[in-house]
Amino acid sequence: MSRETIVNILLALLLLAVPLGASAMGEPFYITLATRIAILALAAVGLNIALGLGGLVSFGHAAFFGLGGYAAGILATHAFDGVPLFAGIPGTASMPIIWLVAVVVCGLIALPIGAISLRTTGVYFIMITLAFAQMIYYFAVSWPAYGGEDGLSIYVRNEFPGVNTTQPLSYFLICYAVLMAALGLFWLLRGSRFGAALQAARQNATRLAAVGITPFNVRLIAFAVSAMVTGLAGALFADLNKFVSPSMLSWHMSGELIVLIILGGKGRLFGPVAGAMLYVLIEYALGGITERWQFFLGLILLGVVLFARGGLLGLLAGKVRHG
Amino acid sequence: MSIALLIEQLLNGLQLGVMLFLMAAGLTLIFGVMGLINLAHGSLYMIGAFACAAVAAATGSFWIGLAASLVAAAAAGAIIEVTVIRRLYDRDHLDQVLATFALILIFSEGTRWLFGSFPLYLDIPSLLQGAVPLPGGGQYQLYRLAIIGVGVVVALGLYLLISRTRLGMRIRAGESDREMIAALGVDIRTLYTVVFALGAALAGLAGALVGALQSVQVGMGEPALILAFVVIVIGGIGSIKGALFGAILVGVVDTMGRFLLPKALALMMPAAQAGLIGAALASMLIYIVMALILAFRPSGLFAAQS
Amino acid sequence: MVEPVLEIRDLRKTFGALKATDSVSLDLRPGEIHALIGPNGAGKSTLIHQISGSFRPDSGTIRFLGQDMAGLDMAARARLGLGRSFQISSLAQEFSALRNVMLAVQARQGTSFRFFRPVMSDKSLTEPAMAMLERVGLAGRAYVAAAELSHGERRQLEIAIALALGSRAFLFDEPMAGMGPEGSKALTKFLDGLRHEAPILLVEHDMDAVFALADRISVLVYGRVIATGTVDQIRNDPEVRRAYLGEAA
Repeated sequence: MSRETIVNILLALLLLAVPLGASAMGEPFYITLATRIAILALAAVGLNIALGLGGLVSFGHAAFFGLGGYAAGILATHAFDGVPLFAGIPGTASMPIIWLVAVVVCGLIALPIGAISLRTTGVYFIMITLAFAQMIYYFAVSWPAYGGEDGLSIYVRNEFPGVNTTQPLSYFLICYAVLMAALGLFWLLRGSRFGAALQAARQNATRLAAVGITPFNVRLIAFAVSAMVTGLAGALFADLNKFVSPSMLSWHMSGELIVLIILGGKGRLFGPVAGAMLYVLIEYALGGITERWQFFLGLILLGVVLFARGGLLGLLAGKVRHG
Repeated sequence: MSIALLIEQLLNGLQLGVMLFLMAAGLTLIFGVMGLINLAHGSLYMIGAFACAAVAAATGSFWIGLAASLVAAAAAGAIIEVTVIRRLYDRDHLDQVLATFALILIFSEGTRWLFGSFPLYLDIPSLLQGAVPLPGGGQYQLYRLAIIGVGVVVALGLYLLISRTRLGMRIRAGESDREMIAALGVDIRTLYTVVFALGAALAGLAGALVGALQSVQVGMGEPALILAFVVIVIGGIGSIKGALFGAILVGVVDTMGRFLLPKALALMMPAAQAGLIGAALASMLIYIVMALILAFRPSGLFAAQS
Repeated sequence: MVEPVLEIRDLRKTFGALKATDSVSLDLRPGEIHALIGPNGAGKSTLIHQISGSFRPDSGTIRFLGQDMAGLDMAARARLGLGRSFQISSLAQEFSALRNVMLAVQARQGTSFRFFRPVMSDKSLTEPAMAMLERVGLAGRAYVAAAELSHGERRQLEIAIALALGSRAFLFDEPMAGMGPEGSKALTKFLDGLRHEAPILLVEHDMDAVFALADRISVLVYGRVIATGTVDQIRNDPEVRRAYLGEAA
């Protein structure tokens, strides 16, 4: 077993053990903290498909995080009010259906956004993905039907068959299971033929084209899959906070998702998990000491970018290895 | 809708465009010469606004404040160039995005630390208070006209600087070939610091000028930064001409969209609904324009030859 | 006469005032090595770029296996069987030599949109890829990252990739560049046998290799083909001697 595998297993166990312990000691706050880590990690696992494997620096993934959140919020609101969505289609409070809707919506919106954005490269790609996210952000702010700037409350957490989702530990376990499934998906993708083509597109797109694989097609699918996973995380995040607002769509959110990946280790299976743990921990620990914790977060981030380029996993498990 | 109102809105669009040009010119210059994407450019804009407001409040003179904004932003720019930015030129864009994102956090919280969370206010200088009559009746704020004038002067100045001076020659050489300029014996590190400080000063100037129209607060740089990105992407990154064109386009399209779209939709649907949809569409309009332009010209309208 | 595999007619490409490709016509026939020589800046790489699809010509036609290449991008041309090696090695640097070749194998199979099965335990990819590495003599370095291979080994790897694609014609852009005399000799021998598998359009500065291998040679000067012929014809062509070989000799 490689050192990275051992570190990964330890991280997975740690993330599970903390809320179980907190539950035993009657400290629900720490369960919520762990749930937040799991969901942010999930969102970053999604982005890691595009960014880590494909080298696509999407600075607009908050769009999908927020869309997933709004899918949950809107469906739940309609179910709560008993008002059909449109054309007689009712809302729903069932998580599996909400997740499906979130994933499908994000995939469908990611395709045209990706198709336009992927015609560009480098800085243009970074900026055009940012611009698309801003477009959706401003739409959410100025469209009053679902709360506009004020956001939308979910009065009762949505339901999952056979589980009492209002219990913090149960909801954590749902999120944890989804995160593990997404990590499994990432692992399979990375090792597959598609993953080989995607990673080759990052390393050398000309080489990929010269063997007859069109980089655009590979990247577009990766972008859509990436958006779908991040969208699923958004739906879970909305249910965690029982609230969704345009801030989930903001460019700060897009930046944070990238930060999570870099803190943890770009392109690595557990990079997003390590990054989310570190990020939430910094936020919690510094936030307890000073109101100005973001100042120090900035300093830490700057230090990581300038001096510790492999992120946390780079420190714990050494350099990335390829087969 | 009167002609005067239309002219007023057009001038507002032009004024917004000029602001964006001051931001975008620095961004695009820095990218063109050093290949760096700088998210913290919005922080330099904020620093200019705060410096102007604080110094104007202390001295009672807007003009001293304005000078202070240039100095403060240029100094902040030079300091971060020497301490941080310089290490990023050879990194990929992802590292540049992250490091400058970190700078935003540091500058925003740092400013809150120094000035508190309440906004500062900056008065329009007495020399520029009042209004000018518009053709077709109506009046227009003199101060906004002055901003447009500043934009014209800066655009001309940049043109002369780049096409006529030794510094401009070096900038142009630096854009095309870093090694050649080093071989010519130009101290490239100093050149980069100067270019970065120049871009920072322009952003600071923009922040100070806008500070008199809005409140001066933390976070004010971010919407300006994102619009400036839209501008340089439309214009073609690295092109000053593209930045000017893109800035005017974005300024006018955004302002006129907000003004005209609800009115246009009202011809087709009830006024309340038209106002709603119109406002939502107008807020997305420049991003739609940008996506359309990039769909046909993936490297912008005035892309430098690559 | 046999139908040429690759047929270029009246190709033109200008960059500003520079005529990089000036009315070039040439063809590549089955079983031959057609060498393209010329001084630096003669437009050899520009021509290769147009054939492989990274540059679009201003006018003229390129036909490959009877099909017009206009409008087809690099990937589409590669799928039709146009295999190319690059002047400056172009590999997936983080991948091992084996994975670089496996990528070509999966591309040839058209199976790049399979999402789940792990490639490293997939014999339908690893075995053909390993066989290609053996052919070029690189099997012992199969698990070394491309970035860590020597210059000559990267050239060999590029050729293994082109072989794995089952190409119907090869475009090799200076495969000998940076190789020692031993390596050049071995590669010359290898290419000599390869011509029967698929014809080769060979851009090369190593004149010993060119004269040893080429069935025909075209000389490109300032974007124009000033002569095409057998090795002897080219050696004795007065214009070639004046414009090119004369300088070198």
